[in-house]
Order: sequence, then C-alpha cells, then structure tokens
Amino acid sequence: MGGGRRPAAPRIRTEGSEHVVTTALETEPEAPEPVPEEDEPAPRAARAVVLAVLRLLGALVVPIAAFAGLWLTFDWLRDADVNRFVLVAVAIAVGVGGVFILYWAMNRTVDHLPERFREGVRPYVFVGPALVILSVFLVYPVINTIVVSFGDQDGQGFVGLENYRFVFTDESMLRSIRNTFGWVVVVPAVATSIGLAFATLADRLRRGEAVAKSLIFLPMAISFVGASVTWRLVYSFRPEGYGTNIGLLNGIKMGLGMTPTPWLQERPWNNLLLMVIMIWMQTGFAMVVLSAAIKSIPDEILEAARIDGASEMQVFWRITVPSIAPTIAVVVTYMVINAMKVFDIVFVIGSPETNQTEVIAERMIYWFIRNHDGRSGAIAVVLFVLVIPIMIWNIRRFREQEATR
Amino acid sequence: MTTAVPVEESLPTELEGPPPTADSSDVRKGGWAPRIVITIVAAIWMVPTVGVLITSFRPEGLVETTGWWTVFGHLFDTSQWTLENYRAALDTGGFENAFLNSLAVTIPSTVIPITIAAFAAYAFSWMDFRGRHVMFAAVVGLMVVPLQMALIPILRLYTRGAEVAGLRIFPDLDLNGTFLGIWLAHTAFGLPLAVYLLRNYIGSLPSSIIESAKIDGADHFTIFWRLVVPLSVPALAAFAIFQFLWVWNDLLVARIFLGGTSDVEVLTIALSGLVGSRGESWHLLTAAAFISMVLPLIVFFTLQRYFVRGLTAGAVKG
Repeated sequence: MGGGRRPAAPRIRTEGSEHVVTTALETEPEAPEPVPEEDEPAPRAARAVVLAVLRLLGALVVPIAAFAGLWLTFDWLRDADVNRFVLVAVAIAVGVGGVFILYWAMNRTVDHLPERFREGVRPYVFVGPALVILSVFLVYPVINTIVVSFGDQDGQGFVGLENYRFVFTDESMLRSIRNTFGWVVVVPAVATSIGLAFATLADRLRRGEAVAKSLIFLPMAISFVGASVTWRLVYSFRPEGYGTNIGLLNGIKMGLGMTPTPWLQERPWNNLLLMVIMIWMQTGFAMVVLSAAIKSIPDEILEAARIDGASEMQVFWRITVPSIAPTIAVVVTYMVINAMKVFDIVFVIGSPETNQTEVIAERMIYWFIRNHDGRSGAIAVVLFVLVIPIMIWNIRRFREQEATR
Repeated sequence: MTTAVPVEESLPTELEGPPPTADSSDVRKGGWAPRIVITIVAAIWMVPTVGVLITSFRPEGLVETTGWWTVFGHLFDTSQWTLENYRAALDTGGFENAFLNSLAVTIPSTVIPITIAAFAAYAFSWMDFRGRHVMFAAVVGLMVVPLQMALIPILRLYTRGAEVAGLRIFPDLDLNGTFLGIWLAHTAFGLPLAVYLLRNYIGSLPSSIIESAKIDGADHFTIFWRLVVPLSVPALAAFAIFQFLWVWNDLLVARIFLGGTSDVEVLTIALSGLVGSRGESWHLLTAAAFISMVLPLIVFFTLQRYFVRGLTAGAVKG
C-alpha cells in the first residue's frame, strides 16, 4: 500500500473545491483497500491479519509503556520519599520527554517494518495512544456506569430498574432535577444576554475596552470553589446575638435601615442566588466569544444600514444578532452543558438538603460518598441521557463545519 | 444606544459631519451611555473579589466586627492591615502543602495530554488512513460525555482492576490517592478537546508547506516535530492554558481520586474543607481563597490572548 494513496490534502481551502471534500467524506468508509494485483486471496487474508495485529500493537505500545514507566518511577519515588518539587520535575521529565521518546521509538520501529506494512501501521502509532486512553478512561467507563446503574449498592447484584425508580421518585432527587432545569434555563440566558450587551457596548468605547473586558472575564480564571467562598462572603448572614453582619448584601440592607436576611436559607430564591455565582463566572466567556464575533461583522454592512436610517437598536436586532447567531448558539450550548453538570457551587455553599438547593450532579456525588454505586450510576446515566441530544447536535454542527471547510 | 450620528450628518455631502476620510467606525465610538453602563457593570463584577482581597488583609478582630467596606473610611491606618491571615493559612491551615500538591497535579495533567493530542491531531490532519473521519468524529463526540459518567468505573479500575470472564485485563494497581491516578484521569478528560482544537489548527496549516517538506524527503515524524509543532505554538499554548486552569480549579475529579488522603490534598479540596470546618472564620477563608486564586490569575493575565484564542476556537469542555 506504500505510496499508493493520495496525499492527505483534499480538505485544504487552497485546493479545496467543495465536491472533492464531500466525495472524500462519503466514499471513505467503503473505499476498497488498494491491493496490489499480484496478491493471491490467501496471502491477502494473511496480510490483513498481520496488518491488523501490527496496528493494534502500534496503538497499544506507547500508552502501556508510558504508563509502566510512570508507574515504576513513582513507585520508586514514593518509597524514596522525595519532596514534591523533585516529584513534579520528574513527572514533567517522564511525562513529556518520556512520552515523546516513546513516540519517536515507535516511529523508528515502524521504519524497520517491511515496506508494504509501513505506511499502513504508522498512522495508528500516531493516533492509537489517544484512542486507547479514551477507550479505557471514557468509553469503557460509560458502558460500565450503565451496567452498574442496574446493580445494587455495591454494583454487584442485579436490581433491575430499582435505582431508576429511586431517581424519579425520591423527593430530594426530583427537586434536584427541577433545580437543575432552573440552572439550565436561567444561567445561559442571563449570562449570554449580559455578555452580548456588554460586548456590544464595549465595542463602542474609545479606549479602555480591553480593561473593561478583562474585569468581566477575570472570574473565569478562578475556581468554582474560590468563587463560592467569594459569594458566601457577599451573602453572609449572622442572626442577632451571633456577631456583626459582615456580608455585603446584609450590610446594604442594614444601611438602609432594614433587618438582615439569611439569604442562603430563603427557599426557593436561594437557588437563584447560587445561579448568580455561575452567571458571574461565565458571563466573561460569553462576552469574549461574542465580542470576537461582533468584530468580525463587516463595517460596510453596519454603515449601510445606518445610512438607510436604521436606529442603533434596529442595527443591533436586525443585523448584529442574526450575523452572530451561530456563535450565540455555540455559547449557549457550552453553558447549557456546564449548567447541567453544575456541582462545585452547590457542594461548597453547603447544606443542599436543608436549603433545598440540590442539583443532579451534586446528588450523584452525594450517593457516591455514601458508597451507593448503583444510585450514583443511575444518576450519572440520567445526566448522560440529558446531554445526548446536545451531543448529537454538536456532532452534526461539526460535520457541517467540516463540509464547508 | 443614542450615539448614532444622525443619518443626514453622516452623508458625505454634509459639511458639519465628520470628514469623509475619517474611519467611519470611529463615528459611533465614544458617548456617555456606553461608558456609564460599562463602568457600572464592571464595578459590580469586581465588588465580590475586592471584598475577599480586602478581608484577607484585615486582622481577625476587625473582620469579625465590621464589614470590609468600612476600610475606605481610613485607608492609611496601618493598624487595620495585616499579613497574619496568610501566615496562618499557609502554615497551620496546610495550604502550603496543598499549593505544592496542586502544582504536582496540574503540570503533568497539562503537558501529557498535549503531547498525545498533538500526535493524534497531526495524524488526523495529514495522514491518510481508513476510518480517520469516523475516529475523529468519535473523539469529538466524546467531548460532551459528562465526567460524572466516568468517575466511578475509573475509581473501580484503580482499586480493583478489571476482569472480563475471569481474565484480568486491567491490573489492580491501587492508584487511588496517587498523583499518577489523577494525571491519567485528567489526561483522558482533556484529550477530546485537545485533539479537536489542535486538529482544527494543524489541519488549517497550508498544505504547500507540508507537501514541499515531503518532496524534500522528510518523513511524517520529522514534519511533525520540525515543522508542525513550531507552527502550532499558539494553539498548543491556548490549550495548555485552558487545561491548566481547568485542572487547577477542578474540585470534582480531585475529590474522587485524591479525596480521603490529606497529604495529597489539593487547594480546591483544602479550601472546600475549610468552608466546612471553619465556615465563619472569614479572615482565614479569604486568605485561603486568595492563595488558591493567585496562580490562575497570574497565568490568566500574562497569557490572556492565547486563552481568548483558545476559547474563540470553539471550546466545549466535557
């Protein structure tokens, strides 16, 4: 097969007439192996087997050897009880250098294969390790979680749909589903709206745009845990006789002569107050991505509309928003997925059961910590099923993008 | 929204309007409304962080009795500032140890997936093999598998290994509570996004460069190492920052794989533990929170433009 294949170029824009791309995409899976004429059926089968084995080996050697190397090194380091700086240094050396050297060694090994196998095996040496790791750490776990979700507490005995019955009948679970739904609706909507408005307005500043955007964007850099602590201080409440109220919100209330409120216990509004934390963190993301999209709208279009007498509001709703609609969709999707999986904020703020602020992912960890793998697994599966439509949409969008490359 | 120049004025024939040579986009810049709105929103966004920062430098006695905003009354009174909270958090709170552990978790969890993803992205872009579109689509699809789906089974792999029909296919290595265990998990969770971002970037390099290198006799490995990697530094940096911040700020994965063991505790676990045990000791909490934010903020401000580039390249992390 060596040399017989097309160079991998059809996707490149400079060459790419579109029909080449689509043809390549459609026919690719059915494309027959270009087998040299002189091959007899029997050797051809033997060759295919050898090639398959070599490909599998090519894919497996790097991850297994890298894993073994790291494991042996750290087993040794653990015994030697070295300090953490050494550990990190060795980890970087082994992790980067080691992994790279393994690829290099495998590539050299492939060079020594018989020529007819060489270019058939090489791609698998490059792609294989990633696929192997993803199979072990993502694909296998997904299947395993589904199996576990039909098992008992320990994940051993089969209990049928018992765990799912629990998910959809337990009061706390149902509340967590309702709350998560609230997160999925409120957070993306508010964060995207503020982000869009801010990006549009910041675009008009003569100077200071970068600074203003950095300030909004800054919370993205810190952790959900850090953000939760930050906002706990804002919402802080102390009942009378337990010290001064040092929370900002209650400080303002008292300044206005009102009595302080235990914000985080005010059901159901405390859910909204937790959502504010995520909105605070994610608006920057929406703003930055949308700002890039807004700046890519050609000035001529906007100017033409203005010359035709459109007001700024009309320009915004009739031109800006439709032009960046695909980007808005991306931003909203990203946030919907994030909101669906929210865990840290609720976990760190604490007492989700008493405050009735449970969310799905938090329930999953709750049962995980209580060693009920079956329930935990079932909750994870529910979460996954909720994400699937977004996943399908995402892949479809990716395909479309790919087709127009 | 009131900043638009009236239509008649923007007509080139109008003498009072801006000179025709001026950049037309400058016309609508400036004005009070955007400036005021932006200032207010930015101020609101800053207030919570400023509160934490100020509180972390105030002595415990003052933190307990007055709100942090009262410092503005007497900013230069040195008796109301202290570094004691940071000393307490680092030494007695164990945050120095946690900081080092966070480094030990984060750096390898950032660099290992980059190496593996770069090779895969190169192959997906410039090598021709059967099923590469299918494989790539599968990798992109994995991007939205929730982490939560993967945690329990990986933990079981770590603590018990795996058997299929009595055949041991994954050894029982007791990886739970080790750095290696969490590196591998983060590597896998970061890979789909890394492959996707890098493939988009590497795939858009001009084919003429790759082709001419091939004609000059370079093999794939040389092209990758000598040509593609140096050209892809912006994309590699973008992903590196993204993954670094993500791993550094992660609580969930760390909670599962490093949870019960205090000597490998990372910052996020230590901080959330402190909230649980001393939730009203605000002088300690704020100092600890700020310790956990320092490094991401530095990374963020120094490498912001790469980070933004990574985000705008369509980042959707599972």
